[in-house]
Amino acid sequence: MGRSIPLLTPRNKQRIGFAVLATCTVVTVLPIIALGIYILVQGVPGISWEFISSMPRDGMHAGGILPAILGTFYLTLGTALFSIPPGIAAAIYLAEYAGDTRATRLIRIAMINLAGIPSVVYGLFGLGLFVLFLQFGTSILAASLTLSIMTLPVIISTAEEALRSVPVSFRVVSISLGASKWQTVWRIVLPQALPGIITGCILGLERAAGETAPILFTGAAFFLPRLPQSPFDPTMALPYHLFVISTQVPGMPVKIQYGTVLVLLVFVLSMNLIATMIRSRARARRQW
Amino acid sequence: MLAAKRQNLTELAITRLIQLAGYLSILFVGLICIFLLKEGLPVLFDVPLVRFLQTTWYPIEGYYGILPLLAGSLIVTFGAILIALPLGLGTAIFISEVAPNWAKEVLKPLVELLAGMPSVVLGFIGILVLSPYLRRLLDLPTGLTALTGSLLLGWVAIPTIVSVAEDALNNVPPSYRQAAWALGATQWQTIWGITLPAARSGVLTAIMLAVGRVIGETMAVMMVTGNAPYIPSFLKVFVSPIRTMTATIASEMGEVAKGSAHYQTLFLIGIVLFLFSLIINIIAVTVSSRRLKRSERLLS
Repeated sequence: MGRSIPLLTPRNKQRIGFAVLATCTVVTVLPIIALGIYILVQGVPGISWEFISSMPRDGMHAGGILPAILGTFYLTLGTALFSIPPGIAAAIYLAEYAGDTRATRLIRIAMINLAGIPSVVYGLFGLGLFVLFLQFGTSILAASLTLSIMTLPVIISTAEEALRSVPVSFRVVSISLGASKWQTVWRIVLPQALPGIITGCILGLERAAGETAPILFTGAAFFLPRLPQSPFDPTMALPYHLFVISTQVPGMPVKIQYGTVLVLLVFVLSMNLIATMIRSRARARRQW
Repeated sequence: MLAAKRQNLTELAITRLIQLAGYLSILFVGLICIFLLKEGLPVLFDVPLVRFLQTTWYPIEGYYGILPLLAGSLIVTFGAILIALPLGLGTAIFISEVAPNWAKEVLKPLVELLAGMPSVVLGFIGILVLSPYLRRLLDLPTGLTALTGSLLLGWVAIPTIVSVAEDALNNVPPSYRQAAWALGATQWQTIWGITLPAARSGVLTAIMLAVGRVIGETMAVMMVTGNAPYIPSFLKVFVSPIRTMTATIASEMGEVAKGSAHYQTLFLIGIVLFLFSLIINIIAVTVSSRRLKRSERLLS
């Protein structure tokens, strides 16, 4: 034993350990990169001005995907409208007004639960409440409301974090100069936290834009011959359209399928990019 | 005077409004409970509970056994976590403890990118690329199996595990590591013996949240697992087509008559999923709050 060269010295163990960790990372990350490149290569030939600006033709086997793009845009806009104002207000309450009471803890538990509920269960809830009980029908309105409740916990928690990262001294100075609580929040804290809040909102909306399950029974349409005219109309949407043309319609041209994937990813990931840019610019500028 | 009074009133009104918004989360959880129960529970008057605990799901003929769907969900989730846990944890440790700064700057956005990937896109890739490949590789009659679902959902779970576990590792006080190094431990011994055990409860939280994420995943799993509501035989668990609870709701809700027993049963499955997520989240919260208490004790 004494003569053999010790292979498993702490140093060698570390080498092996690090190699394993690096392998895990490569196995995790490589498919992401490969996926991105693959979709780009396959999708670009399908993209043309006609593809993003015209209606589908021949049972969706030709033409463009304009109604799906517009639909996802409407749904995202509706979700923003219904989720951002109450989300920021709730975050202000949690960060600035609420103490550590039993009620506050209950709110936090409720938020954690909201964030964990499966998206298809949101779909069931939206069907029960908005479509049937409130009689909005399968519509942009019902789908946006469903998506906004799903988005709410993301917005609240990121906005709260942004508000809390503003130093206490800002508030102390403002109050000591005679400003009221709300004036302090509105004029001092909120502007400072704005980049963080916007980032959180965009990331929440990004998720909503890519979701299919919550809109399946609340507002998404298989195919519509014309664009939706009001919030009470159902709409086509990019993620649902992708599901339809990849599983429900036989003999779809691959070019259209990959083109749709690429458009959806560009839509979603450009939101991600904007959010990341706002965050890093705000961090670079921050003086505290 | 008057202006001041009016301002006080506005202030009061705004404060109330904000308070109201604060309680929205509780309101919505309550509403979700109420509407799931309202639409789902009545079925228990028509169909006795025992009939849901059987192994045949064929609602058109009145067979409402949800066990195959439950089995499908559990199999796929188990497989996905089996893949995601080592890969995700390894990646988290690599990013937090080993990687140089420039690599962190590249790796973190990449993992976030995966987190933002719509699940229907993963499902699409699963159908067009992954499942034909697996079918040829394993010589199966179909590539749409539990394994395909597990592989895809593994990548759905990885970002959750990486970000939560990385947070937990970052929260381990630097003094722990410094003490270990000062005693002559290598970097690896420090990670394995000190940092990882100290972050144990965070890792547990990460696993729980990943389980929640995977069990609730709908589109990708519906597209690639073959839509077969049967309990697979033990030896072929992963290479058989299955169907999850989420996929059943998503694929059948569009075709049922509102208010029928089938419709109500789908809501009942929704209630089961809701309870799952509730339990998983409660465990995750308890685990992470226990960590807080322990570190408070250590630091006092």
